[in-house]
Amino acid sequence: MEDLFRVGGREFQSRLLLGTGKFANYAVMKKAIEESGSDIVTVALRRVDPGSQADNILDFIPPQCTLMTNTSGARDADEAIRIARLAKAGGAGNWIKIEVVQDNKYLLPENLETLKAVEVLVKEGFVVLPYMSPDLSMARRMEDAGAAAVMPLGAPIGSNRGIKTRELVEIMVREIKVPVIVDAGIGSPSQACECMEIGCAAVLVNTAVAISENPVQMASAFRDAVMAGRRAYLSGIPEKGGLSGVASSPLTGFLGDEK
Amino acid sequence: MLIRVNGKEEQIDQPLSLKELVLRKGLQLDRIVIEHNGVILPRSSWGSVRLTEKDTLEIVSFVGGG
Repeated sequence: MEDLFRVGGREFQSRLLLGTGKFANYAVMKKAIEESGSDIVTVALRRVDPGSQADNILDFIPPQCTLMTNTSGARDADEAIRIARLAKAGGAGNWIKIEVVQDNKYLLPENLETLKAVEVLVKEGFVVLPYMSPDLSMARRMEDAGAAAVMPLGAPIGSNRGIKTRELVEIMVREIKVPVIVDAGIGSPSQACECMEIGCAAVLVNTAVAISENPVQMASAFRDAVMAGRRAYLSGIPEKGGLSGVASSPLTGFLGDEK
Repeated sequence: MLIRVNGKEEQIDQPLSLKELVLRKGLQLDRIVIEHNGVILPRSSWGSVRLTEKDTLEIVSFVGGG
């Protein structure tokens, strides 16, 4: 059975989205993207540093990948909108991850400014995926505004703490029609797997892969974990029981049975 | 003439096009995007845009990000 990931009017094989920050170099990043099997890869925009003659990151992203520029650095809707337009003009296409952060300690998203940016950019024809705090009411507004997906955080960006927002995300999975993609905080393959087991459509990972000792191998571990979690979800995970055991082998018809 | 590039003031001592300024900085044309006084300019127009006093430029490029 083919289980394609549908988002933004397109179909993808992979349910793992990979970020490109914090890799030691672009060559390692490229191999990690390839091993991850990711079809959607995020990048950011920054002011150029005239002193540096670094390579162009876009040359190291496999051409079959869909680029999604994030609006990191934006503190309000207007800045996010500006970054989105710059990304499009720079040839990165029209997929945008809205990321509006005003809080520099926890890096938690500003949902209201994020919503404003979604409203404007959807009208301009962007495919818009907002990174947000997992709030059902806000997610509904994002969906109504035309967001292609909603991306609740699992834990603060780069914290590797896992899906601490699990029950709120589960509520979103039940109630929101567009894909729910957990973004931020996922620090290990088991955590990514957990996201998929509870029915999330996809997971976005960056730090956990990029700063591991072997990013290329870690990328493949995440790939497998996301696939495993998705298959488990589709198989129907049985309800949790109580503390008592329930035998999985027959208890009758063996030694000691009464005649 | 004084212009502002990426938030910093710069003195320019001769008439320049936007393209000439960028080349002077050693930037590769195909990897940057330019906002000129708040308007994004297509690469094809950079050669014909003359810089004038108090112009504000944002010059950005793609980097790694999550």
